[in-house]
Amino acid sequence: MAAPKFENPIVRWIDYRLPVFTFMHHEMHEYPTPKNLNYWWNFGSLAGFMLIVMILTGIMLAMHYTPHVDHAFDSVERIRRDVPFGWLIQFIHMNGASFFFILVYIHIFRGLYYGSYKSPREILWILGVVILLLMMATAFMGYVLPWGQMSFWGATVITNLFSAIPLVGEHIVSWLWGGFAVDNATLNRFYSLHYLLPFVIVGVVVLHVVALHTHGSNNPLGIELRGKQDSIPFHPYYTIKDMFGLGLFLTIFCLFVFFAPDYLGHPDNYVPANPLVTPPHIVPEWYFLPFFAILRAIPDKLLGVVAMFAAIAVLFILPWLDRSPVRSARFRPIYKQVFWLLVLDCLVLGYIGSQPAEGWYIHIGRLATIYYFAHFFVILPLLSVFERPRPLPLSIGEPVLGGGSSPPAGGGGAGAMERA
Amino acid sequence: MAATADGAGGDGVTRRDFLEYAAGGMGAVGAAAAGWALIDNMNPAADVLALSTTEVDLEAIEPGQSITVVWQKKPVFVRRRTEAEIRDAEDTPLDSLPDPMADTDRVQKAEWLILVGVCTHLGCIPLGQKDTDEKGEYGGWFCPCHGSHYDTSGRIRKGPAPENLPVPPYRFLDDTRILIG
Amino acid sequence: MRNRLIGAALAAALGLAVLPGAASAAGAGPQPPEREWSFNGIFGSFDRAALQRGYQVYREVCAACHGMRLMFYRNLTQIGLSEAAAKAEAANAFVVDGPDSEGEMFERPGKLSDRFVSPFPNDNAAKAANGGALPPDLSLIAKNQAAGPDYIAAVLTGYADPPEGMEMGETQSYNMYFSGHRISMPPPLFDDLVEYADGTPATVEQMAVDVSHFLMFAAEPQLEDRHRLGVKVVIFLLVLTGLLYALKRKVWSDLH
Repeated sequence: MAAPKFENPIVRWIDYRLPVFTFMHHEMHEYPTPKNLNYWWNFGSLAGFMLIVMILTGIMLAMHYTPHVDHAFDSVERIRRDVPFGWLIQFIHMNGASFFFILVYIHIFRGLYYGSYKSPREILWILGVVILLLMMATAFMGYVLPWGQMSFWGATVITNLFSAIPLVGEHIVSWLWGGFAVDNATLNRFYSLHYLLPFVIVGVVVLHVVALHTHGSNNPLGIELRGKQDSIPFHPYYTIKDMFGLGLFLTIFCLFVFFAPDYLGHPDNYVPANPLVTPPHIVPEWYFLPFFAILRAIPDKLLGVVAMFAAIAVLFILPWLDRSPVRSARFRPIYKQVFWLLVLDCLVLGYIGSQPAEGWYIHIGRLATIYYFAHFFVILPLLSVFERPRPLPLSIGEPVLGGGSSPPAGGGGAGAMERA
Repeated sequence: MAATADGAGGDGVTRRDFLEYAAGGMGAVGAAAAGWALIDNMNPAADVLALSTTEVDLEAIEPGQSITVVWQKKPVFVRRRTEAEIRDAEDTPLDSLPDPMADTDRVQKAEWLILVGVCTHLGCIPLGQKDTDEKGEYGGWFCPCHGSHYDTSGRIRKGPAPENLPVPPYRFLDDTRILIG
Repeated sequence: MRNRLIGAALAAALGLAVLPGAASAAGAGPQPPEREWSFNGIFGSFDRAALQRGYQVYREVCAACHGMRLMFYRNLTQIGLSEAAAKAEAANAFVVDGPDSEGEMFERPGKLSDRFVSPFPNDNAAKAANGGALPPDLSLIAKNQAAGPDYIAAVLTGYADPPEGMEMGETQSYNMYFSGHRISMPPPLFDDLVEYADGTPATVEQMAVDVSHFLMFAAEPQLEDRHRLGVKVVIFLLVLTGLLYALKRKVWSDLH
């Protein structure tokens, strides 16, 4: 990659002293990208876009919001009613949180399916899990800010999780609260952290992208690039593909923002927080439901909390649980099946999390929880040993094996996928 | 890079150019519209605008007395002037004023002087509303920050302030009520 | 293949999206019957006549016990009242203001910039006057009930004799759609309780529907702006996305 020649003398002058343009040219223009990425690879850039949207709308909302238990609820309503375009910005922010999680969850499952966490991308993956954790903390604290019933009781329940810690649990909880209950001090610190953490996420995203660009994107075949014929420059091919994906995403997002802004929320959050009355049926936002189900599946308070955090923590060690040398599920016949079982399991957990903890729901929740952990701790290590992967293509350019070896069964799918 | 992408032949290039300009133009319009929503978001909200007028009941104000009302978060001086004060203001020769303006152009009814009570120098509130206040050398108002003297028409007479105290837009709803703003 | 992928993505997104709906439906009593509302749908807007009738019902009936602290008198111009009429409505209310120069609070006629005056000075006074039950503030009731305006209309028309064997408290009434069926609000509406200025017959059903319409407006006064802007934005995005798709095809065509 020779240094690019810039025509504009000002650009040249600056670039000679601070090579930002060379950097951008290298990382965004000529950056060699596998030519067979399918649309599942759109979700990373979409998530990045959503992060910017959330920060921009959040900064605007912060200009109107009042972090005080007596005024928070009304100040949010004032934003919706009286502030110019306040309703729009508030609904974008509120629904944006949900859609940010949709994008990131799809992005994660894409990584799971195509083995994007495997060497040499383990740190890339771990940084992604860190981003997920930061997002969860940010989303949780943001949900508290409107100070509705669900805000308040969500905050109470989640902070009480820490009381499960032996010996110091109670002290940690009152430290988190800054008082005897969730109150003004809690609201203020959550506001402070809710404003801070997104910028921490930006920092980790930068590292995530640096790690990505070190070895380049994985691809649907999960094999290394064999040469120039396997890659295409990021611009214009993937810039335009990302833009098209963005247009499609924004259309769906706007349908929710403009025509069903409360669909993903809970009506109880339109009731101001009342510390003396708990709503009959507390549920977290949908994106926490699977973890909520795992928490409730275990009858012991401490173990439930441990299991819930372990459900995310297991992702940190995933690269070492799955030892199969083959990345893409396309060439792993059994893994492909258990991948979809895991997707189904997460959906079941999400559904269970939304239901009251009674009757059959408890048993299904427990089975689904056991399966979730079995997937990572039992099935994946066993598959690494016993699964016989299909033969891999030699290169992206020639997805079908040369030299007369048998092509992968159903390999037509791979060929079609490549053009997708 | 562009060379490989553009190499589709003459017809393809024009079609692609068109698509690029159309999509790029629409994208720019969309981004600008979204940007406008963010900018407009910082303008005064409906509840603030609803307070942009202030109604004042004049009935209880005696001649020689002043009251201060709040209009758009700023103090407004409402003064019922005495005959002597009116005469002072009207008889002042215009060429002795730093910011010449006739008293008759500053009031709707000579008895009632309505002023935004913010010194035109650097935004302090001049003294002179209370009987006990220093009213300055010209019997109107005196700004303690940097010593500006205003007369009984609220005109600057001495000191660093460049302009007279401004007269807010107002109208008489009836003989005893005015609407400021 | 491409279509299948996009389809799968949408299905996944929507599959997740269905969950909270399921959550809020769980454990509710009988579902309020669904009614036709002019504000539903992507082109939906409020019916100004219904809003004004609904406001009349609120003011003459509900406002005896229920406040609406998020509503301002200036909002009345949005339901089609002239500014003079809205001012007159405001002036009918007594707003506590002050302290005056003697340090006393005083009452003055309301202004457009005032909030709707609540019937009780605070929640405890409201409870004391209502046998211990707190009449909820109605500003957001159309949003904080899952079925929204359908629920309000259903409760207002859902009074009946309790089923045999059901013990009712002294101040309680049986209501088919209220959670637990024991409601502390006595049946608030009777035929011809109000006299509509536009001559519409004031049946219980009519008043219930009108006030629900008004309460939906109160919960989201900017709903019409949202629908109007939304139609424009979505059409814009569809065209832009179409252009981007064509451009994407064009750019990628030389690879194959």
